[in-house]
Amino acid sequence: MNKTVNPKDLTTDDDYGPLYAARKKVYPQSVSGTFRRIKWGLMAFCLGVYYFLPFVRWNRGLGAPSQAVLIDLPNSRFYFFFIELWPQEVYYFTGLLIVAAVALFLMNSIGGRIWCGYLCPQTVWTDLFYAVERLIEGDRRERMKKDASSDPMKLERISEIVLKHSIWLLIAWWTGGAWVLYFNDAPTLVKELVTFQAPMIAYIWIGILTATTYILAGYMREQVCTYICPWPRIQAALTDEWALNVTYRYDRGEKRTSVKKAAELRALGQQVGDCVDCYQCVAVCPTGIDIRNGPQMECIQCGLCIDACDNVMTKIGRPKRLIGYDNDINIHRRQEGKAPIYRIVRARTVVYSAIIAAVGGIMIYTLATRSLLDVNVLHDRNPVAVKLSDGSIRNAYTVRLLNKSGYDRLIAIDANGPVNSTVHVVGVDSVTPDRPMIVIPRDATSELRLLVTAPADNNPEKSIPVHFHVTDIGLGVVASATDNFVSP
Amino acid sequence: MTDHSSDIDSVSGKSTTGHEWDGIKELNTPLPRWWVICFYLTIVWAIGYWIVYPAWPLIQSNTTGLFGYSSRADVAVELANLEKIRGDKMAALGTASLVDIEKDPALLALARAKGKTVFGDNCAPCHGSGGAGAKGYPNLNDDDWLWGGTLDQIMQTIQFGARSGHTKTHEGQMLAFGKDGVLKGDEIVTVANYVRSLSGLSTRNGYDAAKGQKIFAENCAACHGDAAKGNQEMGAPDLTDKIWLYGSDEASLIETISQGRAGVMPAWEGRLDPATIKAMAVYVHSLGGGK
Ligand code: SF4
Ligand code: SF4
Repeated sequence: MNKTVNPKDLTTDDDYGPLYAARKKVYPQSVSGTFRRIKWGLMAFCLGVYYFLPFVRWNRGLGAPSQAVLIDLPNSRFYFFFIELWPQEVYYFTGLLIVAAVALFLMNSIGGRIWCGYLCPQTVWTDLFYAVERLIEGDRRERMKKDASSDPMKLERISEIVLKHSIWLLIAWWTGGAWVLYFNDAPTLVKELVTFQAPMIAYIWIGILTATTYILAGYMREQVCTYICPWPRIQAALTDEWALNVTYRYDRGEKRTSVKKAAELRALGQQVGDCVDCYQCVAVCPTGIDIRNGPQMECIQCGLCIDACDNVMTKIGRPKRLIGYDNDINIHRRQEGKAPIYRIVRARTVVYSAIIAAVGGIMIYTLATRSLLDVNVLHDRNPVAVKLSDGSIRNAYTVRLLNKSGYDRLIAIDANGPVNSTVHVVGVDSVTPDRPMIVIPRDATSELRLLVTAPADNNPEKSIPVHFHVTDIGLGVVASATDNFVSP
Repeated sequence: MTDHSSDIDSVSGKSTTGHEWDGIKELNTPLPRWWVICFYLTIVWAIGYWIVYPAWPLIQSNTTGLFGYSSRADVAVELANLEKIRGDKMAALGTASLVDIEKDPALLALARAKGKTVFGDNCAPCHGSGGAGAKGYPNLNDDDWLWGGTLDQIMQTIQFGARSGHTKTHEGQMLAFGKDGVLKGDEIVTVANYVRSLSGLSTRNGYDAAKGQKIFAENCAACHGDAAKGNQEMGAPDLTDKIWLYGSDEASLIETISQGRAGVMPAWEGRLDPATIKAMAVYVHSLGGGK
C-alpha cells in the first residue's frame, strides 16, 4: 500500500508530472465462472438479436413492408412488429428514451455500472474481439510473450496476426452490414449488396461502421470506457451507498500472505487474511486495474475478478466471494463486526421502477388504443372570421386527415358549429348537403380547406365550439377534433 | 522550486497536481497519449479549415478559402435542382385549365401551396398575409367582388390589374361628385343616407328618402344600377350588401361621394410567369370567396 515513488520517475516537465501517458496494453486472462457464463449468454443474445433481427418477417398485407423491424426513412415510417409509427408520433421515441434513461438509473442504483460490464455494445464487441484474439494468439501469458518478443517475425507469427485482423474485420464488416439492413428490406438489400446494385449510402454506412467497430473494439477497448464515455462520471454522481459494486473484502482478505505462510500462521492461531496475493483478479480484469485498491472509476462491474478469485478460493479451500458485489454500507459494518445488510427495495429503486412502469404503461395504452384515422384542425388566423355580402359569418379551417390504415377510405366530414351553419370543402362538390365526402388513399394524409358558414339571422356570440367528426363510411370509424367558431 | 516529493499520494503512489480542497488532493492522472494526439490533430484540422474554407471576416468582405466554396452557390444549385424536380408538376399547372386544377386534389394542393408562397411575397403587403384585406384593400376571403370572383375573372384581375396602366387593365372609377361640383353638400348628405338605407343601415333623423332616391337615380344608377346592385364591368360595388371597402359610416360615405375613389391593383403579367399567376388565381379562389 505505501509504495514510495520517486517524483522524477513520474515527472516529464518541471511541474506536476506527466501531461500524457502511453496506453498500457491490457492482456486479460481467460476465466470461467458464474459471471463469465452470464456474460457469454448475454453476448450471444445481444449479438444474435442485432445480427438477425432484420431478417425476421412480419405480414402486414399487400403493399406494406413485411419486415418486422424497419426504419423506412424515405416514407417516414417506423415498423416494429405490430407497431407502425408515423412522424406525427415521434413522442413514442421520447417515451422510449425516458424509459431507457431511467432503466439505466435503476441498473445503476442496483448494481453500479452493470450496464457497462454486461450489456454495453462497447463491452460486448470488445469481449468478442478478445475471444478471437485469445483463440488465435493464445491466453494472457502467450500474448504478452509474443508482443515482447524481439525475434524477427516468423511466418507463423505473421499469419497469426493476419488471421486475427481478418476475422476482426469480418466481424466489423458484418456489424456494419447488419446496421444498414434495418433501413431497407433485408433480403433484397443483401442481394443488391453482393451484386453491387445497392445505393452508395449503404456502402458508406457499412464502411463507417466497419471502421468504428474495428477501431473501438480492436484497439481502443477499455479506453473508451475510461476516457470517452460520459457515463462513468454521470453514474458516479447518481449512485448511492446501497448500490452493489464489485468490492474486495479487505476485512477478510488482509493481511495478504502466501498459502503456505497462511497455513502456518493459522496453525499458530493467528489472524491472517484469505488473499494469497496471486494477482488472478488483476490478470483477468479487462480494464487492467487492481480491485483490491478499492472502488475505482475504471471498474465496469463485469464480475470477472469475482470468478477469478472464487476459483482460487475453491482451490485453497477457503469460502468464496472474497471479491463480490457488495455495498458501501457493508464495508463499514464489517469493520465494526456487524452482519452485512442488503436492500434492493428502497426509495430510489421504487421511484425509478414506478417511472418506468408509468411511462411504459402510458406508451402501451396509447399504442393499443392508437387510432388508424386521425383529424387535426387548424383555424385560419388571418382573417379569423369573414363577413359575407348577405351578412352571414364564415370561418375557415385547415383540416388534416390521416389515414394510417392499409386501405383507401371514404370519409364524410361533419362540423357541428352554430345552428343551421353549412359546411363546404374547397374543391369538393358535396353530394349530401353539408356533409362533404372525400377519399383518402391508404397510408396517406390529406390537407383540406374547410369553410363553416353561419347564416346572417343566426350569427353566434363571439366564440362557440365547433366539433369536427370524420367518419369512415365503410367501417363507421369516427375521429373527432374540436375548434372554435368566431364572430367578428 | 518547490519540493514535489511531498506531492506524492501515499495510497496510490501517484503524483498530485498540488491542488487541495478541504484536505482532498487532486491526483495527476495523465491523459492517454492517443487522446492528446487527437486533440492536437483537431487544432491542426481547424487551421487547415481556416485556410481551405471561407472563415475570416475582413472589413469589406471575408477570406474566400482555397476551395472557393460558398454556401450561397450551394443554395443556388439546390434551388435549381428543386426546380428540376418540380418541373413536371409545374408544367402540369401551366397546361391544365383553372377548373381542372380545382377538380384534381393533387394539382389543387400544389397550386394552393405555390399560390400561398407567391401571395405572401407579392400580395400580402396590401391584402394581408391571409388575404384579409384592410380599408381600401379588398378582403379576398369574402364573396364580394368588384371585378368578379370566378376563377377566370380573378385570374384576369391578377394578370392585368385595375387602373394599372396595362392596356387590358380594368378601368372605371368612382367620380368625385363634391369636388367636381356635381352635387352640393346637402345633396351628398342626403344620398349618403339613402345608400345606407339600401343595406339596412340606420339613417339620419328627418332625411328626405325620396330626394335621396332621385339623386341616386340621376347620378349613381348609371354605374351602380337602378337597384344599386353594382356592375362588375365597371368595378362598381353592390351597395345593398353588408360589405364596404371604404367604410359604411356616414362620414366615410360622404368622403367617398365627394372625393371619389380609384384604388390601384398592379398588373402581374410579365412580373410572374403564367403558371405562377394561375396558381395564385386558384389559391385566391380557394380562400373561399370565389363565386
Ligand atoms: S475490477 Fe473486476 S469487475 Fe471491475 S472491471 Fe476489473 S474484472 Fe471487472
Ligand atoms: S484473486 Fe483473490 S486471492 Fe488472488 S490476489 Fe485477487 S483477491 Fe487475492
